[in-house]
Amino acid sequence: MAGTALLGRLTWQLAEVVDVVAETPRVKTVVFDVPGWPGHRPGQHVDVRLTAEDGYQAERSYSVASAPDGTRVELTVERLDDGEVSPYLTDELRTGDRIELRGPVGGYFVWEPSAARPVLLVGGGSGVVPLMAMIRARAAALSDVEMRLLFSSRSWDEVIYRDELERLSGGGLTVVHTLTRSQPPGWTGYARRVDAEMLGDVSPRPEERATIYSCGPTPFVETVAEALVQLGHEPHLIKTERFGPTGG
Amino acid sequence: MDPHMLDGNAVAGLLQEVFAAEMTTAIGRCGNCGATEAIGAVRVFRGAGVVLRCPHCDNALAILVMRGDDIWISLSGVRGLTISRS
Repeated sequence: MAGTALLGRLTWQLAEVVDVVAETPRVKTVVFDVPGWPGHRPGQHVDVRLTAEDGYQAERSYSVASAPDGTRVELTVERLDDGEVSPYLTDELRTGDRIELRGPVGGYFVWEPSAARPVLLVGGGSGVVPLMAMIRARAAALSDVEMRLLFSSRSWDEVIYRDELERLSGGGLTVVHTLTRSQPPGWTGYARRVDAEMLGDVSPRPEERATIYSCGPTPFVETVAEALVQLGHEPHLIKTERFGPTGG
Repeated sequence: MDPHMLDGNAVAGLLQEVFAAEMTTAIGRCGNCGATEAIGAVRVFRGAGVVLRCPHCDNALAILVMRGDDIWISLSGVRGLTISRS
């Protein structure tokens, strides 16, 4: 198992930027080549460390966005205006640059493509990133496990991975969007924040005992988890991951 | 609810550095209320250091402060920790 192959010292290593892709106006995917990368499990993180000339260091944790693929590791980063790390990652990094990275780390918010249970993914904004690693790993494994994504974004232009999600849909993967602030003309989908009624519509029935992963800002995740428990889903099947402004 | 709150997943790397083990799946028992929870699910606040709090009673389970090349750790709020050896 990749997570435990690293028992012992976690070491920082240099990762080289091989591509930078704009996802939305505020979000970019940075593609790294990480020599000796041991592979990762969908949902795991890496730590990124930046060091200023005066020695000041800032470390942040980012979910890996990509499915395991050799030494290629993709991080999708939302630019937070007051962040210490994300503006550098989204604005300054260029192909050929190198930064320090360590991982993979984590094991709680992880899905294994070999798991047979249906899966419900509930993402808010850039909280979709670890969920996308799960969706991509499912596709790479040619799994037909039933997987549903309920994805809350502010507007159609801010839907991260929009085209790829459309392409991957079908064959057991269902993607449901809700657009909370503005909707394109003719939009017939959900147009409000995720609530219990919406979760009731989209979720598998509690008797199906789906594994549930929810990631987003803290208030989003707390609302989702509480509503799902009220709908009858077992608390131990609900895994949450919160991020806040300090994640930047 | 504090929007600056994170959870144990955000400090997986730091905890693995300290314990040399994957810690988000470790189970901690709160020294105050006795509830058990995976470390990935506990509340985390980052400031000058990192504070892990019980999601049930808000007791400070652990405090970690980075000082140069050292890390100072208090585990006084945790009654027990179960860590997978595999």
